[in-house]
Amino acid sequence: MKPRPFDYVRPEMVDEAIAVLAEYGDEARVLAGGQSLLAMLNLRLADPTVLVDISRIAALDEIVDHGDTIEVGAAVTQSRLLAWPRLAEKLPLVAAVLPFVGHFQTRNKGTICGSVAHADPSSEIPLALAILDGKVVLRSQRGTRMLAAGAFQQDMLTTARANDELITAVHFPVLSDRRVAFREVARRHGDFAIVAVAALMEGKGAVRLGVGGLSGRPEVRSIASTNGSATRDAVQQMAAELEGYDDLHASAAMRRDLLCRLAPVVIDEAFRCAA
Amino acid sequence: MPPLVGTPIRRKEDPALLSGRGRYADDLPTPAGTLHGHVIRSPHPHADIVRIDARDALAKDGVWAVITGQDLRKISDPFLVALKTPVHQWSLAVDRVRYVGEPVALVVAESRYLAEDAAELVRIEYRPLDAVIDAQAARVPTAPILHPEAKTNEISVRRFSYGDTKSAFARADARVALRTTFPRLSFTPMECYVVVAQYNSAEGSYDVLANFQGPFSTHPVMARALRVGGPKLRLRIPPDSGGSFGIKLSVFPYVVLIALAARITGRPVKWVEDRAEHLLAASSGPNRITEIEAAVTRDGRILALRLDQLEDYGAFLRAPMPGPLYRMHGAITGAYDIANVDVINRVVLTNKMPASLIRGFGGPQLYMALERLVQRIAIELDLDHLDVIRRNLVPAQKMPYRAAAGALYDSGDYPRAVATTTDSGRLDDLKRRRDAARANGRKYGIGFAAVVEPAMSNMGYLSTLLTAEARDRAGPKNGAVSMVTVNIDPLGAVSVTADVTVQGQGHETVLAQIVADQLGLRPEDINVVLEMDTAKDQWSIAAGTYSCRFTPGTAVAAHLAASRMAEKLKGIGAKQLNILPEDVELAQGKIRSRSNPDNAAPFGRIAGTSHWSPVMLPEGMAPALSETALWTPPELEPPTRDDRINTSLTYGFVFDMCGVEIDPLTYQVRVDRYVSMHDAGRILNPMIADGQMRGAFAQGIAAALYEEFSYSDEGAFLSGTFADYLIPTVNEIPPVEMLHQETPSPLTPLGAKGLAEGNCMSVPACIANAIADALGVADVRIPATPRRIHALMEGSGR
Amino acid sequence: MRRIAKDERTRIRLTLNGRARSAETEPRTLLSDFLRYSLGATGTHVGCEHGVCGCCTVLLDGTAVRSCLTLAVQAEGRDVRTVESLAAPDGALNALQQAFQNHHALQCGFCTPGILMSFTDYLKRNPKPSEADIRDVLSGHLCRCTGYAGIVSALLEAANRIESR
Repeated sequence: MKPRPFDYVRPEMVDEAIAVLAEYGDEARVLAGGQSLLAMLNLRLADPTVLVDISRIAALDEIVDHGDTIEVGAAVTQSRLLAWPRLAEKLPLVAAVLPFVGHFQTRNKGTICGSVAHADPSSEIPLALAILDGKVVLRSQRGTRMLAAGAFQQDMLTTARANDELITAVHFPVLSDRRVAFREVARRHGDFAIVAVAALMEGKGAVRLGVGGLSGRPEVRSIASTNGSATRDAVQQMAAELEGYDDLHASAAMRRDLLCRLAPVVIDEAFRCAA
Repeated sequence: MPPLVGTPIRRKEDPALLSGRGRYADDLPTPAGTLHGHVIRSPHPHADIVRIDARDALAKDGVWAVITGQDLRKISDPFLVALKTPVHQWSLAVDRVRYVGEPVALVVAESRYLAEDAAELVRIEYRPLDAVIDAQAARVPTAPILHPEAKTNEISVRRFSYGDTKSAFARADARVALRTTFPRLSFTPMECYVVVAQYNSAEGSYDVLANFQGPFSTHPVMARALRVGGPKLRLRIPPDSGGSFGIKLSVFPYVVLIALAARITGRPVKWVEDRAEHLLAASSGPNRITEIEAAVTRDGRILALRLDQLEDYGAFLRAPMPGPLYRMHGAITGAYDIANVDVINRVVLTNKMPASLIRGFGGPQLYMALERLVQRIAIELDLDHLDVIRRNLVPAQKMPYRAAAGALYDSGDYPRAVATTTDSGRLDDLKRRRDAARANGRKYGIGFAAVVEPAMSNMGYLSTLLTAEARDRAGPKNGAVSMVTVNIDPLGAVSVTADVTVQGQGHETVLAQIVADQLGLRPEDINVVLEMDTAKDQWSIAAGTYSCRFTPGTAVAAHLAASRMAEKLKGIGAKQLNILPEDVELAQGKIRSRSNPDNAAPFGRIAGTSHWSPVMLPEGMAPALSETALWTPPELEPPTRDDRINTSLTYGFVFDMCGVEIDPLTYQVRVDRYVSMHDAGRILNPMIADGQMRGAFAQGIAAALYEEFSYSDEGAFLSGTFADYLIPTVNEIPPVEMLHQETPSPLTPLGAKGLAEGNCMSVPACIANAIADALGVADVRIPATPRRIHALMEGSGR
Repeated sequence: MRRIAKDERTRIRLTLNGRARSAETEPRTLLSDFLRYSLGATGTHVGCEHGVCGCCTVLLDGTAVRSCLTLAVQAEGRDVRTVESLAAPDGALNALQQAFQNHHALQCGFCTPGILMSFTDYLKRNPKPSEADIRDVLSGHLCRCTGYAGIVSALLEAANRIESR
């Protein structure tokens, strides 16, 4: 299990990085934390001509508080955001999901943006970004664009990033209503979730529900009630619409049943969450 | 001075291992010019190899060879197997591949990185064939045949009958039947296989370093495959090994492969297996389907048993297979006093990786059937599960007890162990927890499992596979020799070598305890050197570390060698101290007079005498430089004419009791409480014993709830990474309350039995019983994953 | 901008256990292989090469990371610490190592160096961990021998001893 040969570049400026991406296009892969990419390289499941190591670009290693959003640069590790002193206050949902992302040792190197870029269907950070209606910043020599999370992740491991684009940051909106809850079911703690469920209170009596593991990407729905049969019906309808999928660890039916069991609990937890 | 044996002294092994100074196979220096191998493996479960084109790979700089099965066929022979069938396996596939991951070619290059690059340039054309994955399907006459010359995939069927099962069934009040399955899994050690081989063309000899674990009955298999006599295959085992659990027996085909690569290239060759290869193709426990049926009285007494065991060994039968089907044979009635039993043992081949040794070795499969059946008897007769267990246990007064199929249970008090478990382990508390959970509508169940744990296998047990007539022709097979040597050097320092391979069991420490006790020294005074070298160490076919042979075997040999050495030293000391030998004692680092302790000399001074001053030895005494003890207990007899076999030397007892709850949200099985009672005779080092039992418990949990090698119906392997093959982390292992009872074995001088496999055997059955109790179902499959629990709950209408 | 062609062997310099070290290697070389085969630090073990087992965990600028998911070139100019750095020069075990021996927290010892390095980092950040904290960090390591009980006890003892100093 050794990687194939590749050229290695380690830019110190974003402009250098996007110049390499412009030159190599889909033959380049961006290396930030490498916690998914290196495993794929070792297994020879990825075959880049050049690896663009952005981990030493100082400009990308920043957490910026814009007041209504928090910008997390592409070199910021999951550990660093988890240790950011204002995280629980500003982004309670992100604070709730981060301990479920991999393990201490992989969070020390794995990045927030890397997890978004990898776009696993049941991964926690893309789910948090989606339910918060966050943004992904993409830069290339053609310019900079910002995509809503829902437009960015298209399907399982598939995103709207063009080959010459670098994710420079993601923006997590800061919500005024801080009542949130998160739960996931995984075979073991630290594994990718089978089903992950997040809930945000949206003013009086409504809730936004985010679900991972039922389709190729995080799914977000607004539900007009927070308890009782109307909530359960809405969740069941969501489960039926999304169908779920089969893999080694869960059948589609089990994913649907898990959603129907978990979502009311998570919604209730969000509802009761002391703001 | 109180004896060291029996005390929890800290391990001698640890300081080096904790400081990064271990000497594992991949850490050791390699000869100058060593090349690196990479194995190309079959992507098909079943296919003919049409063509292998290695030209592009060979044209690459740094590539020395691409070796194929056709190359090996010319210079090696297929591996020997106990079962004589036309199933031939070389160390690379010849003409046909029979499982995904089967080695097809070996690339040898200057580095592993280069070898993997070159492997991608080797073009192999296959003609796919239909594959058969399911063990039952493989028996059907229309199934694809893996080895056409064998004409069938069911390559062995043996029927055994003990007592009068037929009339017991005729007079029984009831019959209870059950079908159980045991999955494929491996206790995947953290260190994978490593082989470094050299060939000496002048002598025609091979020198191979490998993290092989034994049994060394496999050494002749390797030597024969290489077409050399035993001494021309010098096999060296490194001082440290990163775990084994049975799995590192199966490095042996790679020992032969890399040895041949060294011969072909004329250079030393090293191969370090990677994790992807290990999961895909290293080894697996065999999967088994058991049809079991009991003839019972109204009150749950078992009069007779019938077992039809179908075991799936994958694509090839490899030595010493089909061991798991026969290792428990003498003890097939488990902890119960059952006089009549019929057994059918079937060996089937399928398009999966070959199965082999694994901790528990046949025990988990047997007890899944037997212990699940006992629960079914209770349910079908409307009796209490525990009452049925108690009613059938072998009574203490019958010890030593000859089981129906031939095992001689050396000692034990099973009823007392069960009573202690339910009392000290607080069965009443478990029942309260169950009742409270059920009152709240939750799914909670209690399980039990009683297990007889064999240790130190009779090397003749596998010959039970042959008919009595075939055994007569081949000659009797039996016994198990253990060997330890105690040496004294010119400075009077003591060193010990033994016929075990290191895997982490703390043998260095326990051997030091045993020898230090006899010589009146401290454990730190005893140098234990356990790396093995078949050219220079003492060994026999039983050597190695497996089937818990250390405590009933090697430890005894150490005790014997050290006590003989002590006797000699007493003789030498008597002459030097001018006292009678009976008055000499070895204590506190001195050799001294028992009656007058001031009349003493340092141990080293008297012990060194043999080297420097043989003239000072008592008349007629050989110098006390070295004592080798061979321990070969007479109870390990060959199978009798009527197929009774004492499969092991000692038989410990484990009784488990647990409560589990099905998580109301997630379908996960949560172990609420787990209690495990052990009787393993005398305990040599309680700390190390506890570590072995907890390790086995964790592997039992792994088998019960997490680990499985999965294949698609078409034969694709689905468990190829640690993201798919789930090894429990600390958060998945529940606490276990350990209880102990000590009934010393009368058959070993130290009174100790094996104890490191029992929980591998008991935990899957105990948890399956608890799940069955929680959900009210009969068919519980392990690992009991949320996916399976979900399906069960759907099926039972929730 | 550092740029290395795929077949180019470059000298990679780093600090290993407090000393400047270097060796020539290719960009694709994993840090785990570089430490073991180029620098001879064989105390770092390789168990899976896809980041799950934790055997290869080392400290990179004081932070516990998987060396199999790190390229050697990524460690260029940085501080690497491995298990060989833990004991005193005379071989005396540190508090963490000693706790492992006291609690029989290792059997084969293959996974142990990675666990020691994880907690060398973690106990510095959180000197008063709860048992739940310890289990959470330990869940990034696989051990096949012990069933983890001894490891948890050892880590609790080590945390107490380090804290009480």
